[in-house]
Amino acid sequence: MADKKEFKMKELNVESAGRSQLASKIVRLTITYIFLTIMAIIIIFPFYWMIISSFKTMEEYRANVPTLWPQTFYLENFVTAFDKANLWDLFLHTLLVGTISTVLSLIVTVLSAFAFARLNFKGKNFVFGLLMATMMVPGELYTITNFMTVTGWMPFASEPVSWLDFTNTFAVLIFPMLVSVFYIYLLRQTFLQIPNELYLAAKVDGTSDFKYLWKVMLPLSVSTIITITILKMMGAWNAYIWPRLVANDAAHQLITNGLRGASFTDQFGETNYPAQMAAVTIVSIPLFLIFVFLRKYIMRGVSRSGIKG
Amino acid sequence: MKKDSLKSSRDLKKLRTDIGSRNQLKGWLYLAPALLLLLIFSFYPLINTFKMAFQNGYNGLAIVGGESFTLGIENFKSVVNFVDFKLCLKNTILLCVITVPISTILALLIAVALNSIKPLQKIYQTVFFLPYVTNSIAIGMVFNAMFTRVGIGDLIETQGIINNILKIFNLGPYNFVNVGSSWGANMFVVCTYIVWNAIPFKILVLLGGLQNVNKQYYEAAKIDGTSKIRTFFRITVPLLSPMLAYVIITSFIGGFKEYSSVVGIFGEGMGPGDNGQMNTIVGYVYKMLPKSQLGNASAASLILFGIILIVTAINGYVSKKSVHY
Repeated sequence: MADKKEFKMKELNVESAGRSQLASKIVRLTITYIFLTIMAIIIIFPFYWMIISSFKTMEEYRANVPTLWPQTFYLENFVTAFDKANLWDLFLHTLLVGTISTVLSLIVTVLSAFAFARLNFKGKNFVFGLLMATMMVPGELYTITNFMTVTGWMPFASEPVSWLDFTNTFAVLIFPMLVSVFYIYLLRQTFLQIPNELYLAAKVDGTSDFKYLWKVMLPLSVSTIITITILKMMGAWNAYIWPRLVANDAAHQLITNGLRGASFTDQFGETNYPAQMAAVTIVSIPLFLIFVFLRKYIMRGVSRSGIKG
Repeated sequence: MKKDSLKSSRDLKKLRTDIGSRNQLKGWLYLAPALLLLLIFSFYPLINTFKMAFQNGYNGLAIVGGESFTLGIENFKSVVNFVDFKLCLKNTILLCVITVPISTILALLIAVALNSIKPLQKIYQTVFFLPYVTNSIAIGMVFNAMFTRVGIGDLIETQGIINNILKIFNLGPYNFVNVGSSWGANMFVVCTYIVWNAIPFKILVLLGGLQNVNKQYYEAAKIDGTSKIRTFFRITVPLLSPMLAYVIITSFIGGFKEYSSVVGIFGEGMGPGDNGQMNTIVGYVYKMLPKSQLGNASAASLILFGIILIVTAINGYVSKKSVHY
């Protein structure tokens, strides 16, 4: 590349031209690195501040001139965080809801994706189009009626039916959000990449559809299944609005909702920021770990959807 | 092998139709669980929301009281005339108009810069993707802590880290998020947070696009002696336009549905001292819901849906005209 250029400039003063080009390249690279470094510091700063604050004592946190590194690592904050925000319970609830909804959601998604990708039946394209169209609708539109449904407001009823009131149960956190059209679409696309000849061969061998799905298609689609699992678990971890509306009691609170609702303010109205930051750190750690170790699976889902976990 | 029995393509065709006819019922059976759940939790709500929105004054108390409702657009009128809703609409639109261009431009610059370096590229990339997988409520609380001053009146103990940083540049101190802080200051904090949060996804998409750009365009520009800035506007931006359009449209849609960023920073009160001055359209819907103002909530959510459709349509129209594929 550089040879070619020098060849072209042979007539000119090669020496000085090359030197000025090199100089401008160095300037450009320096500016690029400075820009990237400043932006990187801005991006990383909230995480840094969160973590160092979680180790500070109240006195240090409230110091007039903030310290950029904790003087002592005050681990008591984490104990307070677990205590005040009830983090263990929140963890267990979220794990339970996340696991059950992931398993059920996978079953439903796999079956539908298989039907859309491999089976032929009348109305398939119509139903698929209908499902795709619902991706356009903002979830808030559903929430209003779903809130009524789970509180026992049946259509045409004049008042809520008390035995159909599912608020403050785990079921209400699992079922309304179980089916994701996006996951069905994602898995269907993966299934479609498996050659149809395999299916026909299996048919000739007399393999049942279900066995084919289980023995051939799923093993070939493992990475998409992992992507869906991660996104669904992250969904339970980050869910706020719906859990806040329908299951806000201590026995069913999910972690994000519990974190926002937890009070770190003492009787004098003073907020224990270090303990709050400790709680926030604890909630953020699993997401960091997922990001570090399973990044490629998240990226697969992300770049196709734009849907945030 | 049994496959050998498929001698002609006619056999194959026959086999296909055989499987096809047997699949009629099976197809619906496989879809049944998903369709049942979607029917209850998506399709019925969709219809019901329209029903509630167009019944004048529809609300929970009146239903229990046995009232019947006339059809009309009263709910929409009362929502639009409601002072609270106007504020929500203003906040939401401003959040979109401010954060979408800023985050897109920053992400584009970072993506181009990242693409032009070799050493340390992977490390920078990891750092820039980091905020992608975060809990928006949790990090919102961190932003609140960074901007909050601790203490009251003359007894302020620390102005918060951001004010301390601004002090180096002889700015401030400002009251960003504490009780009594101004609407503008709150807006600044929320916008900062949204931009920070939105950048990784955009860098991801744009960088992916950049890495697929044919290097020959740049070689040609170099040989012609085209300046770097001209190359950026004449080659990079047009070639990235499909990704830019995609990124802009998704962030507009996300922006109109903004809610949890504000909750993260201010809590459910949607403003300093729970005064609600940073409330958004979605926030308005969730405020009406537990009050049983079902007609108003439905109308507001349909207005949101309408706005999203219009924005999508405009974006589609503009990108058709300006996107180079």
